[in-house]
Amino acid sequence: MIPLLQQISLEHYVVLACLLFSVGVTGVLIRKNAIIIFMCVELMLNAVNLLLVAFSAHHHSAGGQTFVFFIMIIAAAEVAVGLAILVMIYRNMHSVDIDKLQNLKW
Amino acid sequence: MGIREMALMIPLLPLIGFTINIFFGKQLPKSVGSWISTLALIASFGLVVSLWGPIGAEPLGLHLTIGEWFSSSWAHISFSFHIDQLTLIMLSIITGVGSLIHLYSQGYMHDDENQNTFFAYLNLFVFFMLLLVLGSNMLVTFIGWEGVGLCSYLLIGFWYKDHENNDAARKAFIINRIGDLGFLIAIFTCLIQFNTLEYSKINELAGGGMITTGLATMITLCLFFGATGKSAQIPLYTWLPDAMAGPTPVSALIHAATMVTAGIYLVVRLSSLFVLAPISLNLIFAVGVATALIAAIIGLRQNDIKKVLAYSTVSQLGFMFAAVGAGAFSSAIFHLGTHAFFKALLFLGAGSVIHAMSGEQDIRKMGGLTKALPITHFTFLIGTLTIIGFPPFAAFFSKDEILAMAYSKSVWMFFFLALTSVLTAIYMLRLYFLTFSNSFRGTDHQASHLHESPLTITVPLVLLALASMFSGVLGLPEVISDYHWLNSFLAPAIKVQQEGHVSHFFEYCLMGVSVVALIIIFILVRKWCSGEKALQVNNGFWAKAIDNKFYIDEAYDSLITQNFARISKWTNGVLESKLVDGLVNQVSLTTLLSGQTIRRIQSGSTGVYILSMVLGIITLLVFQYLSR
Repeated sequence: MIPLLQQISLEHYVVLACLLFSVGVTGVLIRKNAIIIFMCVELMLNAVNLLLVAFSAHHHSAGGQTFVFFIMIIAAAEVAVGLAILVMIYRNMHSVDIDKLQNLKW
Repeated sequence: MGIREMALMIPLLPLIGFTINIFFGKQLPKSVGSWISTLALIASFGLVVSLWGPIGAEPLGLHLTIGEWFSSSWAHISFSFHIDQLTLIMLSIITGVGSLIHLYSQGYMHDDENQNTFFAYLNLFVFFMLLLVLGSNMLVTFIGWEGVGLCSYLLIGFWYKDHENNDAARKAFIINRIGDLGFLIAIFTCLIQFNTLEYSKINELAGGGMITTGLATMITLCLFFGATGKSAQIPLYTWLPDAMAGPTPVSALIHAATMVTAGIYLVVRLSSLFVLAPISLNLIFAVGVATALIAAIIGLRQNDIKKVLAYSTVSQLGFMFAAVGAGAFSSAIFHLGTHAFFKALLFLGAGSVIHAMSGEQDIRKMGGLTKALPITHFTFLIGTLTIIGFPPFAAFFSKDEILAMAYSKSVWMFFFLALTSVLTAIYMLRLYFLTFSNSFRGTDHQASHLHESPLTITVPLVLLALASMFSGVLGLPEVISDYHWLNSFLAPAIKVQQEGHVSHFFEYCLMGVSVVALIIIFILVRKWCSGEKALQVNNGFWAKAIDNKFYIDEAYDSLITQNFARISKWTNGVLESKLVDGLVNQVSLTTLLSGQTIRRIQSGSTGVYILSMVLGIITLLVFQYLSR
């Protein structure tokens, strides 16, 4: 018998991924808290991951899934770096509000 | 040591001498450094002498490939030497006369603080000169050709503290470079047309009639233009008299005996090609005769002992080119050899006189030096008698041969050459009598210093005098001996037959008339030099024109140098500072200004950055969607 997850059609996955990605973009655009923005970025990343896995299953090819593993590893490393940056920002400015981050200019 | 190793060691020894002296000359004591160079060259001479046996009789000569230099699909250029009879003669002259001049320099440069550097340059010069004559293809010769030019520059400007010497050195170098352009074009043409630069192959092609007259004319004219630079012919001869600013041994070695004959060597080396181009040969003939005559006329009124000799060198080189132009290649080599001996002798004698006179070079302030400088006087007299062609000294035979060859080609050219010979006799005897006879005209201070030079100077003088006296037997004319040793020796190397023949009656006449003329000139010049007139200033039109060398230097200056300077000034003032600098400055200014404007966009607000990033991505996606 066909596993439950594969009974869901591809369109559903695509719509879900788009929704997740839009949530991420919206979050990045409207929130002020750097940690939340960071989380939203991760959300976008995972929306793409979901899409990759879905297409991979649809095409009966393992390539996409393998790729997702690598993205996850990279993302983990990236999170470590990003969080370190956030910690440093907090230590220097006692805030993670991006409206107060006005120094990245000439 | 095999014959190949020996041949390799010939140029290598002076190079070693150069390396030691240039790197360690400052640390070594003067005598050690200079003796290393001298001994290196004497050893090299020994090797040359020992090569005469095995190679002299070998019709093909010795070919020595050191390695492939570079190659493409259609041409292979190797770094290789070729030693045949012509090379042997050149090698002997270079290392033989070179050794004597090295020895002479021991005495002459003894008080100079940079003596070891001087010897380093001399050694380097000999190395390049040997490369020039050893090379089996034009490119190896060209290395030597450029190298001797460099050494000539270094040695003319050896006393660099005097600005005039530096100017003279630059002049020599630049004029030589102009000639080199002709040589380079000839090399490129040969490479494109024949796919080879080997002399033997080019001569073979030319001898086999595989080269059209037009092509041969073009190549030979370019080669001859190169030769006019190196061998001081019209129009590029003006550097040689100025080159006398260098120390006297340099004038003797480079500007009389060896380097300036490189042009003759080159033409003789490619004789088979030159005979295919009668236009070039006629031009060479005419240029040679004209140079010989004009230089002799200018030499009549020079008062600097070295300048007289310099103009006589130009004149004698003109003789050699006239011989080449008349198709008498081995006669040119004959005169080249005898000239190397007697001109080196004259220069070294002049150096000895200058040495004794504490640096004075004006012959009007000399006179009566016979007693103080007996050996110098005697050898200088032999040199003078040789150059004016007094029998039985060497130049009597070599010059006679050239005159006869010229006669068989053109009576007019013969007339001009004979006139040149008369003028040569006049200015050389004037030089001799003003320097040595009558009473001393210098200062008392100089008179008290007069002394014969040391052994290192007089020994080379005596040896060169012997060579000047007896080297004529190498080419006795047909009327005296039925065996012309030099012609038959050179026959395997110079494939071209000497054409011209003159009757025995004419030869006898030529000899008789020249001897009688020389004796008359001798008596007249002697009388004239003892009178007051010899020293008076003559302001006549012709005298002035000759004194100023026919204003040729001035003409070159105003026609070429000044105009060139004007063009340079214009390009520097307008092209360089306005156009090039302007363009570069505009580019940098635009970048700067636009940067200053655009940087305002960076507000520093992270929120705006994120928004613009998202907008950018959306724009990209939309574009991609639309352009599908």
